[in-house]
Amino acid sequence: MTNYLDFEKPLAEIEGKAEELRALARANDEMDIEAEAAALDKKAADMLVDLYKSLTPWRKCQVARHPARPHCKDYIEALFTEYTPLAGDRNFADDHAVMGGLARLGDRPVMVIGHEKGHDTKSRIERNFGMARPEGYRKAVRLMELAHKFGLPVVTLVDTAGAYPGKGAEERGQSEAIARATEKCLQIGVPLVSVIIGEGGSGGAVAFATANRVAMLEHSIYSVISPEGCASILWKDGGKMREAAEALRLTAQDLQKLGVADRVITEPLGGAHRDREAAMASVATTIESLLSELDGKSPQKLIEDRRRKFLDIGAKGLAA
Amino acid sequence: MNWITNYVRPRINSIFSRREVPDNLWSKCDECGTMLFHRELTENLNVCTNCGHHMHITPRARFQALFDGGVFAEIAVPDPITDPLHFRDQKKYPDRMKAAQKSTGEHEAMLIGAGEISQTPIIAIAQDFSFMGGSMGMYVGNAIIAAAEEAIKLKRPLVLFSAAGGARMQEGILSLMQMPRTTVAVQMLKEAGLPYIVVLTHPTTGGVTASYAMLGDVHIAEPNALICFAGPRVIEQTIGETLPEGFQRAEYLLDHGMLDRVTKRTEMKAELVTILRMLMGMPPAISGVLPAPEARSAEEESEAEAEGGAAQAAPSSDKPAEAPAGAKESTQTGKSGK
Ligand SMILES: [Zn+2]
Repeated sequence: MTNYLDFEKPLAEIEGKAEELRALARANDEMDIEAEAAALDKKAADMLVDLYKSLTPWRKCQVARHPARPHCKDYIEALFTEYTPLAGDRNFADDHAVMGGLARLGDRPVMVIGHEKGHDTKSRIERNFGMARPEGYRKAVRLMELAHKFGLPVVTLVDTAGAYPGKGAEERGQSEAIARATEKCLQIGVPLVSVIIGEGGSGGAVAFATANRVAMLEHSIYSVISPEGCASILWKDGGKMREAAEALRLTAQDLQKLGVADRVITEPLGGAHRDREAAMASVATTIESLLSELDGKSPQKLIEDRRRKFLDIGAKGLAA
Repeated sequence: MNWITNYVRPRINSIFSRREVPDNLWSKCDECGTMLFHRELTENLNVCTNCGHHMHITPRARFQALFDGGVFAEIAVPDPITDPLHFRDQKKYPDRMKAAQKSTGEHEAMLIGAGEISQTPIIAIAQDFSFMGGSMGMYVGNAIIAAAEEAIKLKRPLVLFSAAGGARMQEGILSLMQMPRTTVAVQMLKEAGLPYIVVLTHPTTGGVTASYAMLGDVHIAEPNALICFAGPRVIEQTIGETLPEGFQRAEYLLDHGMLDRVTKRTEMKAELVTILRMLMGMPPAISGVLPAPEARSAEEESEAEAEGGAAQAAPSSDKPAEAPAGAKESTQTGKSGK
């Protein structure tokens, strides 16, 4: 069953009608509805093209958060082989909101790290909805150090609403953990490639995405604050998230213009969730291409380039 | 190399830029409600003389109290492009900026000073909570980079006073990108082997805490300062957890291992001097109130002024700025922001 977003309601109605017709026809041999159903299919297909031709920033937020969108775990399973999860921060716990471990992309061994949101109630709770605690960032630091030591490229898959705002997380140094992860991203002498696959939520995303190359899926977002949070602070009305999403310039397209995203990966029509395999295959192609751009660079050069990239961000704004 | 050869000349105007405070003004302590003489409060660095509550202090006032003789050279910060996103909420971002500039008399939310504390040369940088909540945007990022570059050039320690609600939303992703940018600045200091001391003041929250404010060699906080990533209201709203007394306050963080020390504002200078002189391998400081470093001859001063210098960075000064000798170079530092 397709999971429709609110703005897809007219589409849901047409697709629903077509399905209903076909169900009726199956129950009654004498009915010939194929022409009518095909017309509805055509109408739905046209509408999908139309809806996704120019999604507003808020609609993109909704697509980026779509529950059926491929998540970190899906990418790891589909794109990598010999995935060997490595657990724990060696201090306190293993944070299940952050996945990470050794894996091969093609023949190439890499360290893959990412936020995992979960796909049903049970796994969402287990994964804490992809919101990492300090242990998650400290696990990532440990894995990045390991990759650095053995010369393995690091691939991060970013998909988080943000770092977890909880009592224990604060007590155990959420800020420090994020700061150290960002610092570690800047220190490792191996290629670091990051893909924003869904939500790039604030500092919790930066901690993984301070990379040599940052790619974003077409309908992914990356922002300093959620549109809802921004609306409640600046508009004093959490319901103004559409306006806030607009103002924040959080879409992949705007971030490419601002020099924050190096690549935008085209998604299947209707979003990555409508053709998960195709979406994941595009991500694989992009990661391989970005890694090959970094092949042959010395550790020092990789570190210097990464620093320069971030120091230079902000040199240009959006055209008026 | 002797630090004196590289010394950025102090700008004397900082003494005069202090706003005149009439003797008969009273302020009420936010905490205990005691009525305090304005002058008495100012002399006590905005710390309540009755209950010890630490009230807001501007970077300029802090520097005047911190540096020997109240003298420091203001280091220029490269201005980033204005309003990069054409951001508009209920107000336009440029209008919010103008209002903040008008109400504070400052250009932006960060001030860099070069000078001496008990004859210990340092670079200090302070965030101004009264300027749009001290929020970290491109200017704040540029300032931290410029301060780090200046410290490296002069081989001095950097002392950073943080105070911010977080990132500046009106600069969107570009404000978020100050987390990695300022982290690079901290790394440059560490590679140069120079001490980086963070003094966390009330409040230090959000992306600021999760970047440069938590990467110091030594973390000192002012008493009762709120220091956190997610604020208590956010936690209560989203998680519904009840929070214990004193949660996320300086003393609580000290207990949880996030800080080295909690130190009263009135004792901060002496403590910074003690720590820095040990880290820099210097002999103990001479105790007592020390005079300002001697200014150079008047001809040199006017020469330096003619070169341009950092005069524009001191909007609140009511005397023509005497540009420090190092100011011309310093305006070229942190060029990445242009
Ligand atoms: Zn009081």
